[in-house]
Amino acid sequence: MSLWEYANPKRFMGWTAPVLPWVFGVAALFLVTGLVWGFFFTPDDYRQGSTVKIIYLHVPAAFMAINTWIMMLVASLIWLVRRQHVSALAAKAAAPIGLTMTLIALLTGAIWGQPMWGTYWAWDPRLTSFLILFLFYLGYMALWAAIDDPDTAADLTSVLCIVGSVFAVLSRYAVKFWNQGLHQGTSVPLATGGRTVSDVFFVPLAISSVGFILLFIALVLLRTRTEIRRRRVRALHMRESRR
Amino acid sequence: MIALLRRDLRLATRAGGGFGLGLVFFLIVVVLVPFGVGPQTAILSQIASGILWVAALLAALLSLDRIFALDHEDGALALLATAPIPLEMVGVAKAVAHWLTTGLPLSIAAPVLGVLLQLQPSAYVFVAATLFLGTPALSMIGTFGAALTVGIRRGGLLLSLLVLPLYVPTLIFGAEAVRRGAQGLDAVTPLLMLAGITAGSFALLPFATAAVLRINLR
Amino acid sequence: MLAGLSFDVAAGQALILRGPNGIGKTTLLRVLAGLQDPVAGTIDFPRDECAYASHADGIKSALTVQENLAFWADVYRNPVPATIWDQFDLASLRERFAGTLSAGQKRRVGLARLGVIGRKVLFLDEPTVSLDGFSVKLFSSFIRDVHLAAGGIAIIATHIDLGLDGAATLDLTPYAADKNSASSDSDEAFL
Repeated sequence: MSLWEYANPKRFMGWTAPVLPWVFGVAALFLVTGLVWGFFFTPDDYRQGSTVKIIYLHVPAAFMAINTWIMMLVASLIWLVRRQHVSALAAKAAAPIGLTMTLIALLTGAIWGQPMWGTYWAWDPRLTSFLILFLFYLGYMALWAAIDDPDTAADLTSVLCIVGSVFAVLSRYAVKFWNQGLHQGTSVPLATGGRTVSDVFFVPLAISSVGFILLFIALVLLRTRTEIRRRRVRALHMRESRR
Repeated sequence: MIALLRRDLRLATRAGGGFGLGLVFFLIVVVLVPFGVGPQTAILSQIASGILWVAALLAALLSLDRIFALDHEDGALALLATAPIPLEMVGVAKAVAHWLTTGLPLSIAAPVLGVLLQLQPSAYVFVAATLFLGTPALSMIGTFGAALTVGIRRGGLLLSLLVLPLYVPTLIFGAEAVRRGAQGLDAVTPLLMLAGITAGSFALLPFATAAVLRINLR
Repeated sequence: MLAGLSFDVAAGQALILRGPNGIGKTTLLRVLAGLQDPVAGTIDFPRDECAYASHADGIKSALTVQENLAFWADVYRNPVPATIWDQFDLASLRERFAGTLSAGQKRRVGLARLGVIGRKVLFLDEPTVSLDGFSVKLFSSFIRDVHLAAGGIAIIATHIDLGLDGAATLDLTPYAADKNSASSDSDEAFL
């Protein structure tokens, strides 16, 4: 039996049912630990004061916003090549989560930026890229919603995801090109792991990030189960109407 | 493929709303901007190239949903899909027809309209050149978007939502090239990127367009 | 839809498809033409020799009859045969814009397209919709005396009698898939 067996809708429902509460539980554990530790038990930054603590939300959210799109890309490819329904539905299920992560990243970025730049928004290359990603998510979700036939919708949104990914990468480069001439490195120094952040911040950040990843997995599993149920209802309706 | 191109050009010029509409829309947007931002020469002159690019982009967007919709409605698209022309070439022909009726006239009209926006003298040639290089990309990307939404009723708004994020790199490089070129700075990088996006779009998007058309014709 | 269907058609033969509405005549023709994929089964003939036509004939109102037919002739890389004008009684309508024609005349132009493209195997879905008796006769005579006589094949879904005497008839009713197992392959995965 190959790994793909687990991707069959009925088997998927079977193995996710007992696993799901555990994933949520462990995710909650990591999130609470990471966030409480980060917010209440780390010292204030000597330059940024306590607002820097928002990185415990901002960094994992931004990281997940991008990784969600990558997951959708992989799921779309699997659907196009192997016609695995669960894959297509998982991509559909992940999109609103990615959208929300992007929104959290944007909002927390704005809140972080305000005390530092004196403005809630700046066309910083990173933030701008997330704004464009936000639009990509919206378009993807809108296309799913606009098409009646589920298989056609899965096919079209998969192609959109692939083409969109190419343009998303291109946009990232374009935006960096667009803004580097005007500011001199006043873009927010977003911490990426241990590079610019000292250890005392890093550990709760890592824990919080793991929490976000687990939360994402739990939410995707949950929403995919809902999508599978929706599909099942539709199939039952179709069968009824043929009698 | 040439036959399809010729047919579409003929239809565009005869059926009305083909050639002139994009240009008129372009003119309207350019005229509206000073009313919105105020008539000061200093301000207008600074944003002129950006306005021209954004207006051109919006004008290109306007006629995208006609690309496949008419053929889909009267069955011609299904007939083209079973004809000896590869569906990929149908996509290319449609994109070229769109560019000839929208992008190309806009590239020529833009420097003229630049006068209304107090465009810097040094920017004129860059505006025309970047639009000429970049609008084909807008047409090909738009053709892909039109193929995606061809089966959706009143899909025009959805088409805009899908296509606009895809337009961002072209817009950025096009407008940046004008800005830098007009100031005498080195504009080679954005110009090359712009040409690259156009070339890449025509090399790769026809395949995506054909795949999507086949899905929608099922 | 349909299950267990199998048939052969020889050169110079026509096959009439009959069956109640909704049984899948249109779907079958579209699958044969390559617009849709069958759930299972094989289709054995050269793809580049066939053509499909339904009542949605893609005739453009803003082009003249001549331009409409010349377009398809170019696409299929054939010259427009001089006989087509009389065959479909379009000689007097040659320079008229297709938008000014009546529904029946437009349909005749759509059918004339079949004479222009020169494909051996034709899949026709209700070709006589909107045609009066005279036009139906023109169409039948084209199929019989031009297309089939040259060794072509025509598979036609129609409710009326086209006067094609040698044509075989295939009633699709017995091939209707069992209603209970009729859910699509895709839906099956969820039931």
